[in-house]
Amino acid sequence: MEEVEQISVFSENKPGKLKRVTEILKEKGINIRAITIASSNSYGIIKILVNNPLKAYQALKEKGLSVALIPVLAVEIEDKPGGLSKIAEVLKEHNINVEDAYGFVIQSHNKAVFIMKVEDIKKTRLILEGENIFLLTRRDLYEI
Amino acid sequence: MNQNSNIEFISRESLEKLQLSRLKETLRRVYSFSPFYKNLFKKEGLTPSKIKSLKDLPLIPFTTRKDLRENFPYGLLSIPLNDVVRLHTSTGTTGKPKAVFFSRNDINSSAELIARSMKMTGAEKGDVFQNMMGYGLFTGGLISHYGAERLGLLVIPAGAGNTERQIELMFDFKTTVVHITPSYALYLADVMEEKGFNPKKDFNLRILYLGAEPYSEKTREKIERIFTVDAYNSYGLSEMNGPGVAFECKYKEGMHLWEDNFIMEIVDPSTGEPLKEGEEGELVLTSINKEAMPIIRYRTGDLTYIYPEKCNCSRVHRRISRIKGRADDMLIIRGVNVFPSEVERILMDLPEVGRNYQIVLDRKKDLDKMKVRVEIKRDFFDGSLDHLKKVEIKIKAKLKDELMVTPEIELLEPSSLPRTTGKAKRIIDKREI
Ligand SMILES: [Zn+2]
Repeated sequence: MEEVEQISVFSENKPGKLKRVTEILKEKGINIRAITIASSNSYGIIKILVNNPLKAYQALKEKGLSVALIPVLAVEIEDKPGGLSKIAEVLKEHNINVEDAYGFVIQSHNKAVFIMKVEDIKKTRLILEGENIFLLTRRDLYEI
Repeated sequence: MNQNSNIEFISRESLEKLQLSRLKETLRRVYSFSPFYKNLFKKEGLTPSKIKSLKDLPLIPFTTRKDLRENFPYGLLSIPLNDVVRLHTSTGTTGKPKAVFFSRNDINSSAELIARSMKMTGAEKGDVFQNMMGYGLFTGGLISHYGAERLGLLVIPAGAGNTERQIELMFDFKTTVVHITPSYALYLADVMEEKGFNPKKDFNLRILYLGAEPYSEKTREKIERIFTVDAYNSYGLSEMNGPGVAFECKYKEGMHLWEDNFIMEIVDPSTGEPLKEGEEGELVLTSINKEAMPIIRYRTGDLTYIYPEKCNCSRVHRRISRIKGRADDMLIIRGVNVFPSEVERILMDLPEVGRNYQIVLDRKKDLDKMKVRVEIKRDFFDGSLDHLKKVEIKIKAKLKDELMVTPEIELLEPSSLPRTTGKAKRIIDKREI
């Protein structure tokens, strides 16, 4: 199964970087599913989910940006109170350390997607699936 | 052994004898011809005949950059103007440049020092020398060119800049030897990689001469690794007729300063008092083999020390250490002395750090702020903010430990700082005095 991949772009916190990134992607006909920014005081990372991660990665790299392609887990949760707590419990139970996480909502489906970066992605997948937690595939993400 | 290489291995005694006779001749000429020196000697109640041994040299006052500027253009000229065949100017930062004149013999003797230096590092007939020093008013380009031709190398007068053409020339003509500034060498490697070349394997380079700006031992190692070459440090200045004043031999431990052409002293930069071998201070040079414009006891502004021990190569000419910085480059940050070259040494030691950096100084509420902007290495970025933060903390701690000043660190993308083809602009001082 193909893992969902996130695009991470190094960004100096100066205006224009985000615009530049989205423009490059637009030019290549790549659709952005979600975008979030994590930042420290003078620099940050733009995290993007797109419908074609590899193409996005290559396009950004070609333009000289510092970019990384990172496999992540995309968990579908119901967009209602408590949706996340079950996942949190399972992760805690199995001692899985989440290095990075963020969520976004799919308006049309009334569903929320929770993106996680963990150390051992395969092991975590097996554990979550064992607990009947639904993980999105690349295709699922494209077709949102 | 021919006569030219002989001079490198004569006894200390013979060398000093030669120095004294050349010094005396030089003093006679400047005294009788240069209005500046005539005046200077008169003010001190001196005549050339009072200088009887090398020990008497400190009786003569220093010549400073200010003297050169104030007596611009002909004040230090020591031969008739119609015997001058060349004018160079030195890259001045402010005000009038310094004019330097050459007689035909001066061109030859300066070229000879370059030929001697290149030969010392193993360059020979059959080598292809691509000279990336700026041609024109700067002495670095033309004098290196003449020296290399004198040694019989095939010279490509590429000059500075136009990086893509440089790479093309290096590739097409299998360049083996390059004279280059360290910052440009790093930039060149960057562009090679961007163009899909492997700097280690796709070229025939074997010797690099680095000079014209201060840099650290770490930078040399980095450059040697990137290109798999031997990189030799060199030292020169226009006021002393160009790039061949001191060069490293194959042992790469300090630069042999050609004492048959120059008398060197090391002095305390603030008091001008002489310092001993091994003590760090400002280099003072007297040119003793120049006709058109010899300079006596010139305050170079460059900080170095003389190696007290003899080099393994057994050359008689003593060695100076790599230039730590210019006496007037030293930054004073909250009362602490900081040399940009120290910052560079520390940064280049960190594997996550790329090839370019910049120091920005500012003053907020009467407090000096030092910000170091660092490009991270291209293959280091893995998309993790955590890793970036760790690198930031590591750089900060390293600099703080060694400099006693806590800088602010700004991480930058590779190749995001303004690139340079000549001397790098590493320091931006926004503090108002
Ligand atoms: Zn030696």
